[in-house]
Amino acid sequence: MGFDPVQIVAEWLRNLLLGWGASDLLTEVVLKFIGAFLVATVVMLVFIVLTWVERKGAARFQDRIGPNRVGPYGLIQPIADALKMLTKEDTRPQGADVVSYVLAPIIAVFSVLMAWAVIPFTETWIGADLSVGVLYIAAVGSFGIVSVMMAGWSSNNKYSLIGAFRGVAQLISYEVPLFLSLLVPVFLARSMGVNSIVQAQGEGGVWFFLMAPLAVVIYFVSSLAEVGRAPFDLLEAESEIVAGYHVEYSGIKFGLFQAAEFLHSFTFAALMAILFFGGWRGPWADQYMLLGLVYFFIKTSIFYLLIIWSRLTFPRVRIDQLMNLNWKFMVPVSLVLLMGMPLIDYATRLSDNWVRVVAQLVFNLVLGVVAFSMAARADRQQNKRERVVFEGRPVAVMPKPPATEDETAA
Amino acid sequence: MDPIQIVFLIGAALVLISALMVVTRSNLIHAALFLIVTLFGVAMIFVLLEAFYWAVIQVVVYIGAIAILIIMAIMVTRDVTGEEIKSFNKNLVWAGLLAVMVIVTLVWSLTFWPQFGAETHQAVDSQAVISDLGEQFFSAEGYLIPSIVASILLLAALIAAIKIAFPIKQEEED
Repeated sequence: MGFDPVQIVAEWLRNLLLGWGASDLLTEVVLKFIGAFLVATVVMLVFIVLTWVERKGAARFQDRIGPNRVGPYGLIQPIADALKMLTKEDTRPQGADVVSYVLAPIIAVFSVLMAWAVIPFTETWIGADLSVGVLYIAAVGSFGIVSVMMAGWSSNNKYSLIGAFRGVAQLISYEVPLFLSLLVPVFLARSMGVNSIVQAQGEGGVWFFLMAPLAVVIYFVSSLAEVGRAPFDLLEAESEIVAGYHVEYSGIKFGLFQAAEFLHSFTFAALMAILFFGGWRGPWADQYMLLGLVYFFIKTSIFYLLIIWSRLTFPRVRIDQLMNLNWKFMVPVSLVLLMGMPLIDYATRLSDNWVRVVAQLVFNLVLGVVAFSMAARADRQQNKRERVVFEGRPVAVMPKPPATEDETAA
Repeated sequence: MDPIQIVFLIGAALVLISALMVVTRSNLIHAALFLIVTLFGVAMIFVLLEAFYWAVIQVVVYIGAIAILIIMAIMVTRDVTGEEIKSFNKNLVWAGLLAVMVIVTLVWSLTFWPQFGAETHQAVDSQAVISDLGEQFFSAEGYLIPSIVASILLLAALIAAIKIAFPIKQEEED
């Protein structure tokens, strides 16, 4: 176990409060509140670092230098950005639905921060070790959809509404393969608790990406879509609908939306580290607990950089490509995967541990190769057919005239 | 009053007030948003009962799917700027009477339940509860047949919905 500073401070605070005459229950509540406050603050502070990473990373990918004026390597740039956000005029569109308009960015951030309640930073640093942790993460994620809907509707702007509709269609569709791929580690660990999944990847078990590489791919792609960043940023496609659901937001409200988006990516990166790559596990993490924290953040950062990398590399997909990829490729593949892995597991139940791992790995790879080659063949066949690139559609279609009196009578 | 009771009172007030708002708002989208608050409050009560699984399912199914579906349906079928509708009509008295009767019957029948009025329930092993639930769903002695029948029914409804919604093919194959 080793040295655990949080435990020591918590014990000290508990004794202090009890010494002041507070009841057991009140002490417990106060400590929980402090814990929740700390987790939320740390995550929001991570956002400040992420903006710097994002700007600097994007700059390097685009052969620029990026922020370099404020502080060494532009490290103080995020603070300047935050001040800019805070001092900008806070506008509100005419005819906006005030309560929904103000609540939407708050709910967006809330939905992301809630997920961190069940994420284990180390073996013992976990807000609430829920037995239904993975399901809980899925549940709080659905508040994100509500916030997109509220923002799009309450802004009283056509672009916002189109963005919200697109967003909801995309987020709901990609929730299906995302949840299906989340079920793979749940099945492998025989538990929905997030920390038990990490535990299952330790003694006697392997990191689950070795057993289910295909699930990792499906999880990664659908989490990119779920976050709504390029190449799946259809809900805020600048060239088509200005900025989508948050076009009317300015100042700190826009900042909150941005925080939600960045932290959402970071949360998905953390989940990928936890569910498939052993979370806080690593050499000597069992002896020195703080080392687990380092491993966790290193893994999460690698996956976060992977998300930035794919954002800056791939062009935006069209809406039909988006839906085809989801419903015709990822959902069927993840369904077959989810049905096949238990069968393999049952067939190899008497074998050694390494045989079971290899069997799952082979099944994943074979399924992956088959699925990708089928998809590639379907794509080639579609390309072979004669296609009209552009056939001069009318830009706007005149609406049908309203039905007249005698038409409705008939 | 201990903190759990305070949280319960907040949750209960949230459910009741927002449920009242759902039926009294004249703006349909506001009503749908208040419905989300109501469902969230119910999830809070589930958490207080240590039924984490049901709380989470409540949020996933009702807020993540059904409430979104309702909002989408309202936005697609009506004027999205939120047209005002009348929340009350002359059936108010009869509907109110019926509602009171339902509540009275429910509470009255609940008093026959052995655990009615119990202080708190026993803390349960939530992991075991979920495993038990899963085994019940997938064992022939449990609820395997009913769940398969329900799935087939839902599948049929899904296919029927697609069949109805799909536009009739035009005879213009060039």
